[in-house]
Amino acid sequence: MHRYRFILYRPIQLLPVLIGISIIIFVLVRSIPGDPVRALLGARGTPESILRIRAQFGLDEPLWTQYFYFIENLFKGEMGRSILYKIDVLELIGTRIEPTLVLVGGSVLLALLIAVPLAAIAAKYRGRPVDHIIRLMSTAGLGFPAFWLAIMLILLFSIQLDLFPVAGYGKTFGEKLHHMILPWLTVALALSAVLTRNLRASILAELHSDQATAARARGLPESVVFWRHVMPNSLVPTVNLLAINIGWLISGTVVIESVFAIPGMGQLLIRGIFTRDYMVVQGVAMTFACATVFVNFMADVLTVTIDPRVKL
Amino acid sequence: MSPPVLSVRDLSVIAKTDQGPQTLVDRVSFELNRGEILGLVGESGSGKSMTCRAIIGLLPSSRISISGGSVILRGKSDLTHLEESDMRKVRGGDIGMIFQNPSSHLDPVMSIGGQITESIRYHHQVNRAEARNRAIEILHQVGISDPAQRIDDYPHEFSGGMRQRAMIAVALACNPEILIADEPTTALDVTVQAQILRLLMDLREKRELSIILITHDLGVVAQVCDTVAVMYGGRICERGPKREIILDAHHPYTTGLIDCQPSGGSHRGLVKTIAGQPPSQGSMPTGCAFHPRCAHATKECAQTEPAAVDYQPNHMLACHHPIGEINEGGRA
Ligand SMILES: Nc1ncnc2c1ncn2[C@@H]1O[C@H](COP(=O)(O)OP(=O)(O)O)[C@@H](O)[C@H]1O
Ligand code: SF4
Ligand SMILES: [Mg+2]
Repeated sequence: MHRYRFILYRPIQLLPVLIGISIIIFVLVRSIPGDPVRALLGARGTPESILRIRAQFGLDEPLWTQYFYFIENLFKGEMGRSILYKIDVLELIGTRIEPTLVLVGGSVLLALLIAVPLAAIAAKYRGRPVDHIIRLMSTAGLGFPAFWLAIMLILLFSIQLDLFPVAGYGKTFGEKLHHMILPWLTVALALSAVLTRNLRASILAELHSDQATAARARGLPESVVFWRHVMPNSLVPTVNLLAINIGWLISGTVVIESVFAIPGMGQLLIRGIFTRDYMVVQGVAMTFACATVFVNFMADVLTVTIDPRVKL
Repeated sequence: MSPPVLSVRDLSVIAKTDQGPQTLVDRVSFELNRGEILGLVGESGSGKSMTCRAIIGLLPSSRISISGGSVILRGKSDLTHLEESDMRKVRGGDIGMIFQNPSSHLDPVMSIGGQITESIRYHHQVNRAEARNRAIEILHQVGISDPAQRIDDYPHEFSGGMRQRAMIAVALACNPEILIADEPTTALDVTVQAQILRLLMDLREKRELSIILITHDLGVVAQVCDTVAVMYGGRICERGPKREIILDAHHPYTTGLIDCQPSGGSHRGLVKTIAGQPPSQGSMPTGCAFHPRCAHATKECAQTEPAAVDYQPNHMLACHHPIGEINEGGRA
């Protein structure tokens, strides 16, 4: 079991990484032109009220003190108060995290459901028409920008066919499902294209590998050879590719949530930037960073579980 | 006398290529008796592996197929005409196969025990615990110490020699009567090689295992084989009991191979080789495939292919001008 030992010391290794990220985020957020209090008060702001609110949020302190508060809060598990919403940023994120989780989780699941069978079929029928079709589709899937694909899907399924809502999230489970299908599809089509290409190549290599030949020489049926020997070996490189893509996807939700008007973290981030709500932008960006780090960590756990040779 | 465990008759394998069909294995015949070790020798590319792949019906690509002949198991079924589902029972169940490189032929992400029990459970309907016990027993038989402990190890946790033992264990999991060993010791260093050969002889003794041992090392043949078949350009050019092949070979290629053995005495420190290159696919010489390299070749050799003749009941030869005295007493 000692190949899982990295689970214990990896968080300690990651601490400096996260602190580095926090500095970058802090500096970037402060360098957004404009001032949060002026943005909040607009024309109503008197010099006194501006000063008062600046003091209230600690914005009159020197930058390094502000950063220190930010870090101190993070260690206490807090993220400060939103200047705009006047509530705890953590609480605010709590109300917005579900749609984003559902968006990312659902898209990844859907992408896998599309990619694994397609890659398997393309590899098995290599060079036949079905392989060419799948490869063409995955090449096409890579070429389309996500927002363009989203708009095309909306035009077709929501406006032409009236099957799905144009935008929003809904309240009941059924409503949410109905609203999320197009966003899921948008992300999954692009993601599954990458995964299919990669997985097809690994499956092809493994189908002709020595270990698969040896498994056939033991009299195992092709289905057993495929699912128990070819697939696990093919998945190892794909897991890492998936982790990298989920990392991209987490920040990519900003675009998807905007197009589909999904009230998630991405929307919160955009609104935070427009209103110069430092605390919110910091908090959301930090959450995205932690999520990305966590996904990569989970990918390592999965890789070690599939492939006992990997040493971390 | 009981029929041979395996009887290969005129087995031929062709490959469809862009230059038309090419013969990779040409009318290969031999018999394998119970408890016998048959050495299949020849230079690289002579068709040894392809012959064995054809026997178990696992040719490496769909462009390669059996074009004739038969492979009779225990005097009964012809494996070349078996349904795929029946053939799967033969693979692993009647004929096991091991390969040159155990590192690549074992699944790196499945434990050794997993690979053994998987075959057992597929071939014999037994429960998990029973399969595991059998796996421990078989690991013990191939000389893995502390098998109950090592059964859950992965291939990379074994040393090279142990990995070869593990591959033998995986191949023998379902008690096949025949083991095909394709250059099982080529990748190993000399001491480990000797241990593996001893293990194979030991298994032959204990299980009455019949073994087809592919090698290009006549030293290995001299150590363990009972019978030897020499292959050249897809054909068997001479086949007979080991003693006769080593001491009294008649085919110029066989004698050439023997002269090239490093331990040949007179050529101390100097490894002789047969001049010239073995034929490659698509450039098979006419007549006797060996004639471009043969010191005894005549015009006849370049024109007509020598017939394979059993000049004694168990000594076959395909040569127009055999070396040495031939006692043709048993000629059919
Ligand atoms: N996958 C393949 N496709 C086409 N020809 C092959 C393939 N594998 C081997 N061959 C050819 O078959 C012949 C016999 O090869 P092989 O049986 O592997 O030789 P050996 O095992 O004696 O070294 C060689 O001429 C080789 O080029
Ligand atoms: S048939 Fe002729 S060329 Fe071939 S091995 Fe015999 S003597 Fe040499
Ligand atoms: Mg070979």
